[in-house]
Amino acid sequence: MNSGAALSLDQVHVWRGDRHVLRGVSLQLRAGELLQISGPNGTGKTTLLRVMCGLLRPEQGRVSWCGEAITEIREQYQALLAYASHEPALKGDLTALENLRFSVGLKRRVSAGDLTAALACTGVEACADLPARVLSAGQRRRVAMARVLAMRARVWLLDEPFTNLDAAGAELITRLLREHVERGGLGAVVAHHALDGLRRLELQA
Amino acid sequence: MNVGAWQVLSLMLRREMCLYFRRPDQLLQPLVFFLIVTALFPLGLSPQLSLLRDMAPAVLWVAALLSALLSLEGLFKGDAEDGTLEQLALCGQPLGLIVAAKTLSHWLVSGAALVIMSPLVAVALGIPREAFPAMLLSLGLGTLTLSWLGAIGAGLTVGLRRGSVLLSLIVLPLAMPLLIFGAGATDRAISGASAAGPLYFLAALCVLTSTLAPFAATAALRITLE
Repeated sequence: MNSGAALSLDQVHVWRGDRHVLRGVSLQLRAGELLQISGPNGTGKTTLLRVMCGLLRPEQGRVSWCGEAITEIREQYQALLAYASHEPALKGDLTALENLRFSVGLKRRVSAGDLTAALACTGVEACADLPARVLSAGQRRRVAMARVLAMRARVWLLDEPFTNLDAAGAELITRLLREHVERGGLGAVVAHHALDGLRRLELQA
Repeated sequence: MNVGAWQVLSLMLRREMCLYFRRPDQLLQPLVFFLIVTALFPLGLSPQLSLLRDMAPAVLWVAALLSALLSLEGLFKGDAEDGTLEQLALCGQPLGLIVAAKTLSHWLVSGAALVIMSPLVAVALGIPREAFPAMLLSLGLGTLTLSWLGAIGAGLTVGLRRGSVLLSLIVLPLAMPLLIFGAGATDRAISGASAAGPLYFLAALCVLTSTLAPFAATAALRITLE
């Protein structure tokens, strides 16, 4: 019945303090479907992404994976998921490779070769043995993207993955997103400029 | 290709040790604090050995509590600030396991290191050598319990801007039994009596916190992450 293996949100409401940030968001994602979330600043794009990955529990409404509430199957669901927050979430004292090993390694058994390949794929293999704190903002973003790749997750939830990237980097992310869709992956991307071929969800202020 | 619980524990322990040893100041600060505070007492008091010996258990334990508290604030703070805590929470492993690994590594670098250093301090305070086993055991159990209690406090306060005062207010009252039984065990051992009673209490507290604190700290962290 779940040929689509969908992630679905049903009438999700979230308040932050007094502000009613998400007002009844409903959406469904099937395999091979990537959603672009856009909208003015402060309209809850990041909040929506955090709800989708289960970090934030909505006050009302339901988020489900294959028909089961994600709070019920939290670990199984999160094992399938790669989330990239708008900060790159790297430890400055660890090298790029160690950063990947200690986060991807918790998700699946991974060899150093896999991780270096992921770093090479995002064009930062030369930074593998440098501590993350000496990397530029763009390089850190690329390392974070390498982590998403190395997790081999089915669901990608990316918060502004294009920030700090040069033109080649932006093109790379677009290509990776396309490949993810072709592999049958799904997910959501917060981005401000229009991305080709993605369904769009525009959040209103 | 699933990752088992032991692999998660060992990977997290390696991660934490890597981070601690890349920041030697973080590692040494509580230990140096412990050494200095305990060294100040013989200087401040009269150098009468009998007086020092009477004070020794209290001095040792108060210094141990405060020095462990000093490093507790950073338990989740660094990870929360750079966003890696979210990544850990989403890694698909039970968050309790991650919390347990982080707490154990905190104990290894603060508590266990302090236990190893304590004979040095004990000599300076005039504690007789016969009392060393009870003192070491009580400090070991006590600091481990404190790390667990501290994990709950650190989990609750990590999202706050000035959480360190609140952290002490949460953790120190809970640590009172440790002070009482820990200092009691050392005191009895110094006077040549059996320290078994207070040590059993410490062991019970240690088992209690080791089993319950991971759940409490996990719940606290989940609230903070929202």
